[in-house]
Amino acid sequence: MSAGDGNLGAGGQNRMARIRERYGVLRRRGDAIWARRYARLAIVLVAAAAVILFPYLFQPGSTFLFDLVEAVAFVVMALGLNVVVGFAGLLDLGYVAFFAIGAYTIGWFGSGFFAYVNHTKGIHILTSGLASTLPGIHINLTAGRQGITPIDPGQLPGLNPFDPLNLRPWYWVALGMVAIVLLVNVRLRDSRLGRAWVALREDEVAAASMGVPLVKTKLMAYATGAAFGGMSGAFIASYLNTVNADQFAFSFSIFVLAMVILGGLGSIWGVVLGAIVLSFINTWLIPSVIPNLSSKIGIKVDLTSLSYGIFGFLLVIMMVLRPQGLLPERRRKLEFVEHVGTGPTDMSAERV
Amino acid sequence: MEAARRWWSRYALIVFLLILPVAFGVHDIVATGGVTRIAENLKDGISNGAIWALVAIGYTLVYGIIELINFAHGDVFMIGSLVSTGLWGTLGLTLTTGTGGLIPGLILSLIIAMIACGSLNVLIERVGYRPLRGAPKLAPLITAVGFSFILQNVGLLWIGGSQTSVPDLLHAQQDLFNIGGVHIFRADLLSIAVMVPLVVLLVTFLARSRMGKAMRATAQNPEAARLMGINVDTTISVTFLLGGTLAGAAGLVYALYQTTIWYFQGFRAGLIAFTAAVMGGIGNVYGAVLGGLIIGCIQQISDNRLGGQWTNILVFGYLVAIMVLRPRGLLGEETREAG
Repeated sequence: MSAGDGNLGAGGQNRMARIRERYGVLRRRGDAIWARRYARLAIVLVAAAAVILFPYLFQPGSTFLFDLVEAVAFVVMALGLNVVVGFAGLLDLGYVAFFAIGAYTIGWFGSGFFAYVNHTKGIHILTSGLASTLPGIHINLTAGRQGITPIDPGQLPGLNPFDPLNLRPWYWVALGMVAIVLLVNVRLRDSRLGRAWVALREDEVAAASMGVPLVKTKLMAYATGAAFGGMSGAFIASYLNTVNADQFAFSFSIFVLAMVILGGLGSIWGVVLGAIVLSFINTWLIPSVIPNLSSKIGIKVDLTSLSYGIFGFLLVIMMVLRPQGLLPERRRKLEFVEHVGTGPTDMSAERV
Repeated sequence: MEAARRWWSRYALIVFLLILPVAFGVHDIVATGGVTRIAENLKDGISNGAIWALVAIGYTLVYGIIELINFAHGDVFMIGSLVSTGLWGTLGLTLTTGTGGLIPGLILSLIIAMIACGSLNVLIERVGYRPLRGAPKLAPLITAVGFSFILQNVGLLWIGGSQTSVPDLLHAQQDLFNIGGVHIFRADLLSIAVMVPLVVLLVTFLARSRMGKAMRATAQNPEAARLMGINVDTTISVTFLLGGTLAGAAGLVYALYQTTIWYFQGFRAGLIAFTAAVMGGIGNVYGAVLGGLIIGCIQQISDNRLGGQWTNILVFGYLVAIMVLRPRGLLGEETREAG
């Protein structure tokens, strides 16, 4: 209370004091918020640096790094499917198609494929010399099981062309894709469109009666998910250096779907975790750890012959132990813990 | 104009379904002067489709009651084939067994395969799906996939990775009689003779018995059924039991019919049968049977006329077209509103 307040009455002084006190509280609260923000920013920066520098812990051409890049590419794919299945609640079993389209796109334009086709067509016309044969008929766009290979590796300005012996640039590209997709995912989730998706997932009729255009919103979800699937598909094709028809099986869709559901439907970080876990179970745990295990613990059974079963068993176990997913979305976690919408605790829980 | 449009909206589907057989029938008449070949295709299709129908019923019952695509169902069917062919060895059924021993032996193995697959399906439901009853609707889908992998691995360990031929006990391709030049094989009679009574029994059970009524009530609304005093968990178990027994029967018929078994046969059969269930209108038993028969015919015509590489395109093309023309499937009811 300074002396300059002398011309105010006692009530005025009191009011001034209250205002100052209030201001102090607000300022302290504001400082706390800013401190928390800086702390969060610092954590994000440190985590980002750790993730970016992570491949320096391994040989540039090691198998682990190879699997890691694949896992990161799967994160992109799973995040794409998460928009469709997790946000909008639409079951999509044909997701592999977008992977295929992305992969073939890079297969066609990122390799000598069209040159090759033109070449054979030329020979075909020369040798047969029949005008009745349609020249286009021998163009086989997918090259079937044989596949299109090799595919040009990626290239970044200022770096050497990517090669299979140094996987770090691949990793960074994949990481960049994840960053973009994460950003898009988070921003979409918190947008008008994202809220429309969640509303649609929770209750289609209610959403429609609140003015959410069903067809358009669903199509937007499919389109967004498909875009990410195609992006990741193009990357994987270039990374594996081949595109062939056998890669695009129905089971691939199921595999990506398992990542989304296991991670936690609609939960962005859960899906990231689910994709990494399942991808590593598939590429590292089952082919390289489990076979060694049998010799280590001294059983005679050849565990490689059980790899299918072990994968299935892990899926069942993880799902039964954590039905809501590894890192459930906050909204869904509430449904599980507080039974929102299932009992009289409705009102208290909904305020959270 | 208006009349034409009304006619089209009512009969487009039928026209569409008839395109393939009629086109090839006309082709046959022009080429050979008779319709024997297309009739034979359709006969093969129906007897083959009867197997898909039995598997499809399992999908449709389970989907109808808990809205789950039971991905493990195709592999339960595969286990049915393995169990029944294994039993032939145990029972000593060989190519030289006389009719007097063969028929009781096959009936016994049919019953055991049905029981085995039924219990297996119930077990899977108990371990994999029941704990997830309160989870997101898609969670049991993943355990189903997990069980599918496990069963495939069991099959792989049991008979190895390659297609295995089994003794052609019935001499499946032997002529039984022929109608107007169409040869009816023993296998054709077998698959129809197993499918029709089982479907009739199932439909009667659903329509008449107390448990069947409980199943229909649960399918309509599980909450309301529970309030009416129906034990929903038991009802669901019975549904899985019925689906499993039919898959077991289909497994035996398949082994007798195709005389080869494979650990991966269930995956393909599952996909086809699920397609059949959706095509016929999921949740509807007759729809599943109709879908199975239609898909069997499409497959036979396509395999025989266009080549096997077109079969899947044609089957799923038909599925898409039927879904567009009639979103609820051929015999499906109006879908329940969400929530």
